[in-house]
Amino acid sequence: MAFFRVEKLVKQFGGLTAVNEVTFEVEKGEIFGLIGPNGSGKTTTFNMISGTYPPTSGKVFFKGREIQGRKANRICHLGIGRTFQVVRPLGRMTVLDNVIAAAFSRENTMRGARAHAEKTIAFCGLEPVSGVLAKSLPIAGRKRLEIARAMATRPELLLLDETAAGLNPTESLEAVELIRKIRENGTTIVIIEHIMRVIMSISDRIHAINFGQTIAEGTPSEVAANPQVIEAYLGTDYA
Amino acid sequence: MKKNAVPLVLLAVLAVFPLVVTSDYFLHLMILFLLWVVIGSSWNVLAGYTGQVSFGHAAFFGVGAYTAGLLFQHLQISPWWGMALGGFVAALIGLPFGAICFPLRGAYFALASLALGEGIRHIATISESFTGGMMGIMIMPSFVSKTPYYYIALGLAALSVLSIQLVIRTKPGYYFVSIREDQDAAESLGIDTTLYKNASLALSSFWTGMAGAFYMNYMGFVDPHVVFSLHDYSVMAILVAIVGGVGTIYGPAVGAFIMVAVQEFFRSGFFGAFDYLGRVTGSSSFASLSEVVRQAHVLGFGILVVVVILFLPNGIVGDWEKIRRNVFRIQPTR
Amino acid sequence: MDVFLQTVVAGFLKGGLYALIGIGMTLIMGVMGIINLAHGQLMMLAMYITFLLNTMGVDPYLSLFVAMPALFLLGVVIQKFLLNPLIKVETILPENQVLMTVGIGMVITEVARFLFKSDYKYIKTDYANATFFLGKISFSVALTIAFAFALVFTAAMFWFLLKTDLGRSIRATAQDKDAATLMGVHTGRITVITFGLGAALVAAAGSLLAPVYYIFPDLGGPFTAKAFIITILGGLGSTVGAILGGVTLGLAESLGATYLGMEYEDIVGLAIFIAVLLFLPGGFKRLTKV
Repeated sequence: MAFFRVEKLVKQFGGLTAVNEVTFEVEKGEIFGLIGPNGSGKTTTFNMISGTYPPTSGKVFFKGREIQGRKANRICHLGIGRTFQVVRPLGRMTVLDNVIAAAFSRENTMRGARAHAEKTIAFCGLEPVSGVLAKSLPIAGRKRLEIARAMATRPELLLLDETAAGLNPTESLEAVELIRKIRENGTTIVIIEHIMRVIMSISDRIHAINFGQTIAEGTPSEVAANPQVIEAYLGTDYA
Repeated sequence: MKKNAVPLVLLAVLAVFPLVVTSDYFLHLMILFLLWVVIGSSWNVLAGYTGQVSFGHAAFFGVGAYTAGLLFQHLQISPWWGMALGGFVAALIGLPFGAICFPLRGAYFALASLALGEGIRHIATISESFTGGMMGIMIMPSFVSKTPYYYIALGLAALSVLSIQLVIRTKPGYYFVSIREDQDAAESLGIDTTLYKNASLALSSFWTGMAGAFYMNYMGFVDPHVVFSLHDYSVMAILVAIVGGVGTIYGPAVGAFIMVAVQEFFRSGFFGAFDYLGRVTGSSSFASLSEVVRQAHVLGFGILVVVVILFLPNGIVGDWEKIRRNVFRIQPTR
Repeated sequence: MDVFLQTVVAGFLKGGLYALIGIGMTLIMGVMGIINLAHGQLMMLAMYITFLLNTMGVDPYLSLFVAMPALFLLGVVIQKFLLNPLIKVETILPENQVLMTVGIGMVITEVARFLFKSDYKYIKTDYANATFFLGKISFSVALTIAFAFALVFTAAMFWFLLKTDLGRSIRATAQDKDAATLMGVHTGRITVITFGLGAALVAAAGSLLAPVYYIFPDLGGPFTAKAFIITILGGLGSTVGAILGGVTLGLAESLGATYLGMEYEDIVGLAIFIAVLLFLPGGFKRLTKV
């Protein structure tokens, strides 16, 4: 049984089928990439996995258990964390408080939560801004905070939604480093990304979708060479 | 512990207040102030910290008051038992309200809470056999002197603020604020937002209900028009918290003091200044002016709402920097 | 059966008036996202204006044309100086606008009380209480005239919103303020005009209602309540919904008064409100998609 498996996921919004029978498996310890043009259904897939809304049909298996349809906070407790494509900082709380709030999902005391939060902040390189209000952070800091928050919930599987979008090349490199560090720390990762340089360099395997349907799966070089993928992007963008 | 130094000193001052000031008039005002510390602080838990703005807290206040009164009227149980139960009954009312209305976001929730307050008021007015309808409930106050009431009110105020502080500075507090800032993000962090919103509501309605039960015992008379009043209780609670500083622990206490003072200022015609001037100058126009000011106290209130929202939307505690800069002309040091 | 038909007719006619109140409020809500809890108080002002003019011998249906522009101006002033500034303010609680309108409502009520005292005022006209008959059903002349005016104004609103540039700008702002700004719509001015329009519409309702209702400073509250029940019932921002909502409330109140008793009239509105929240959040708009 695979560590994480998505089976024939379908999501319909009224008459629109956003995700059409997407299936893939993720091995423990992998970095699994999900690519596709805008509107192809990637974030919708994430939303179904993380419990934002239930799938119209299909199943999600995590460590052998069926988890589709459960509420978002339950999914978090089961060990799946996520970041959001459009970052959602808890604006009027400091970076530290943001992460403490997340840490409380695993710690019950103030002291325990604070300690865990501080460790996570150190791990993610956010100590310099630990006391800053989240809304004052620039985009790179906010994205990093998203990750730190998710990490504080001690996820075994982390869903990263476009962590590099909006970052300059230096910031992207730093983001990639952090993602690698997270995998080395033992967390399995599924990552959605537009910036080809990023996703091609860190993914072990990639799954490509377009119009809600799978069009390719394989190693980065296999997928990059796939004519359907190239066509979907109208010339792959190696930014 | 330095953080707690100022409030402790103030608490000590409040504790000895009746020994120094024995005038009934001032004791009454202080009791009102303490009552509003309770109501404002508890409203603040739900609205300031958890972001669910209630326009109907009068519902909980009135329910607490009626619990005390009805226990006496129908079962001849001392209304002090109502003090014990008033909070719980109010919290009980909160449960179905939360279940129905928490899925509503933002202003819809505010409106629904407004409807709650007005709805319960209507029900209390119509069910004459149960509540006495417009006639209200009258009971004999237990104490003649105001001092025991003062200390009970002080106890309520201290306990409520303390319990709120304990909750806010630990896990529930973090969860409340997370819900306020971004409910969906909060869910993704493992927070059961429904559970915590209801917990916040329970804490909030409990203390407001207790305040209501105290009110019944202190004033000896309630009717639907008085205790379920939108302007006198629901809106006043919002003002107290906003003027003092929403989302701070002691803001509502500051706001309570100011609002009670302002309210008395208007009600008494600028603290009897006009009456005094009238006596001194022998001119009767001052007396009529005083009368006008007294009548206009609701108008003054409305103007106050407008002014506070325009210029001090984060309250005295919240906008302290702004006040220092503009009123005291103190520039912030870098 | 006659009683039933009579009740329905009365409720329907009243509903036309309610529709006017509702359209004004839903316009304000839809465009600015402001819940105007002073809506009923604005109507009360219009009724007093009508009353004043009536003491000077002016027919209430003519004073419509004074009350409407007057309240339009007041609405513009309120939006420009008291509500627009709030949009930019950063506060913890976003409901400042609602609270501001509560304050405004209080001020309006007390000013009215100061000027006119709290006693009930009446407008006397010859035809105000007259009725005419269609078969065995009596129609109140005043309410029928009010209904006719309401129809005309509603039609005019529709034409205005659909056919004129200004109307289209308003609808654009209601759908997406930022996009509208980018397309050259002066949204600051639009919000101001919209509030004025909403106020003018509710002023019309006030002038039309004045001949058959009693006027006192505190009537603002109950009518504000009716206004937002209608708005919630119809769906925020939906003019068609407001019309349906207004008629529904009028009918429900009428039926409630006849079959349950006069004191239940307000409870009916509240029951509708709760029912909508529970069973049809989003109001009629969800059903009609308009």
